[in-house]
Amino acid sequence: MSRDADLPISHWSRLWLYCFGALILFFLIAPSVIVVVMSFSGSSFLQFPPQSWSLRWYTRYFESMEWREATGVSLKVAIMTTLVATPLGSAAAYAVNLKTLRYGNVALAVLVSAIIIPVILIGIGVFFLYARLGLNNTFTGLVIAHTALALPLVVMTVLAGLRSYDMDQERAARSLGATPLRAFIEVTMPQISLSIIAASLFAFITSFDEVVVSFFTSGGDMSTLSRRMFTSLRDEIDPTIAAISTCLIILSVILLSVAHLVGASRTRES
Amino acid sequence: MSTLGAALPIRIRGIEKKYGPVTILQRLDLDVAAGEFLTLLGPSGSGKTTLLMILAGFVRPDAGSIKIGGDEIIAAPPHRRNIGMVFQNYALFPHMSVSQNIAFPLRQRRVPAADIVRRVTSALEMVRLNGYGERRINQLSGGQRQRVALARAMVFEPRIVLMDEPLSALDKGLREHMQLELRDLHRSLGMTTIYVTHDQREAITMSDRIAVMNGGAIEQIDRPEALYAHPRTHFVASFIGESSFIPVDIRDGVPWFRDAKLQTTARTSSSGRYLMSVRPEKVRLAAAGGDDGINILAGVMGDVIYQGDSFACSIDIGDGVKLTMRDYCREDTMARLPARGESIRVSIAASDAILVEAG
Ligand SMILES: Nc1ncnc2c1ncn2[C@@H]1O[C@H](COP(=O)(O)OP(=O)(O)O)[C@@H](O)[C@H]1O
Ligand SMILES: [Mg+2]
Repeated sequence: MSRDADLPISHWSRLWLYCFGALILFFLIAPSVIVVVMSFSGSSFLQFPPQSWSLRWYTRYFESMEWREATGVSLKVAIMTTLVATPLGSAAAYAVNLKTLRYGNVALAVLVSAIIIPVILIGIGVFFLYARLGLNNTFTGLVIAHTALALPLVVMTVLAGLRSYDMDQERAARSLGATPLRAFIEVTMPQISLSIIAASLFAFITSFDEVVVSFFTSGGDMSTLSRRMFTSLRDEIDPTIAAISTCLIILSVILLSVAHLVGASRTRES
Repeated sequence: MSTLGAALPIRIRGIEKKYGPVTILQRLDLDVAAGEFLTLLGPSGSGKTTLLMILAGFVRPDAGSIKIGGDEIIAAPPHRRNIGMVFQNYALFPHMSVSQNIAFPLRQRRVPAADIVRRVTSALEMVRLNGYGERRINQLSGGQRQRVALARAMVFEPRIVLMDEPLSALDKGLREHMQLELRDLHRSLGMTTIYVTHDQREAITMSDRIAVMNGGAIEQIDRPEALYAHPRTHFVASFIGESSFIPVDIRDGVPWFRDAKLQTTARTSSSGRYLMSVRPEKVRLAAAGGDDGINILAGVMGDVIYQGDSFACSIDIGDGVKLTMRDYCREDTMARLPARGESIRVSIAASDAILVEAG
């Protein structure tokens, strides 16, 4: 009773806020729900709500050689991008965080700049650059381009972790006889591991989800899943891509849940 | 814990540090004797931490030399210096248990596992934390963390120990308790120690010698009693204990305040402007005329401030110069205390009149 009296505004007068919040949630979630529902459609074109139900678009996805290859390319590129971008970005964040670099802030601005440049421009630029270097439609080319796109997220995420970490701990470790590398591995890394895990997930998803740059620089055998989905949307509107999207949504949910669970158990420990 | 190796002396020469155009340390020299407990005392920003960081190897000086027991260490990286350091915020590793924290320096030195167990146990005993080995750091109180940091910095028998304001995060009671504990620990282990604080009482309680730092230089270095009794500069006299300052002119070796000729047992130059520094507890209300060796000054009684066990009053001796007088609150003293605005005379023994450079 006294709780309600303490509240400066009653729930009733905040009703508009609740409605507004619900509306925002609706626009965030509805598209995904529609895609998931359509993926179970029985008809052979995208339709909402479906007239009949079936699992055949999932079967088609798993049985199609082309789709499986594209998925393989996307997975390989995303894993490689994660393996390259995470250590690179972490090292960059570490260096910037030391504050002993004269041009540390300039370096940070350059590292993060990919975020503010329109992706379509990056795509065009990368395409012309790769045309000269012979990197279009290659695995290496895709990994390099995706690494460049993922670095800003990795740097910002790891930097956020380092900013709440006390660098004196690393100094203490070194005064106690640890080399700089061992001090980092044994003392700093375990404490920023959450940020590093989060950063690697971001890197993975950035690459796996990427459409624009892949559209310019991948094709043929090297087509990524997202690129093939994009083309198929144009050529043949069939619910296979709804099935694939649903699989991707499930993958994202699993990855984020794992990250969240790891985070929660760490927080409980300390 | 096992006894430390023979304690080593530290010899610091000409250490200089600039950040951009700002000089942080100016050609600093310092000698610390083997087994000595030396305190760097100075206000915030005087360069104490910077000097400690240079000793530990985390900051590179622009010039200078540091020798520990004859070995030049200025070029050695931190992990090869074999220096135990206690950080202001302890810098314990929260992802390790108490034992793992203390074992850390031993593991880095590849000490055999059985020896590690034995030495960690005796280090825990040394700081009276027996049985706390399996605790996590966040399950410890401030004082216990302090002890773990101490044990970790000493378990590997470092050549010297550095401590940067290690007690400043503790509350007053615990701080005073830990001061005595640290001092006892130093007495029983005898390691050469450089201790940093901005708290003059702490410095006086703990130290063999105190180096008073101001603006990146050492103003005076001496035993605590000597520093209190014979401060050489205005800064030292006002930073350590309380002091009142009387501006004096020295003519033919005699100090004058206005038209009063003063006496001092301090050595004086033959002329110049100086400050006579007087401790509040050395100022007395004067009876009749002055004996030889006693300075008598006329003044006007000012406000009295009661502080429980003692009181302080300010006495205006003219030219806007105020002396502080302090005494214990005893009934007889209080009864004889002049009223505010009354003309009075105070006495200062010549041996309590210290001359310091003006400015
Ligand atoms: N990395 C740095 N860059 C620039 N100035 C610094 C740096 N570290 C310390 N200083 C300056 O050096 C002076 C002395 O600092 P410090 O050694 O921490 O003093 P203390 O420990 O006595 O409080 C301060 O004025 C501080 O601002
Ligand atoms: Mg400091």
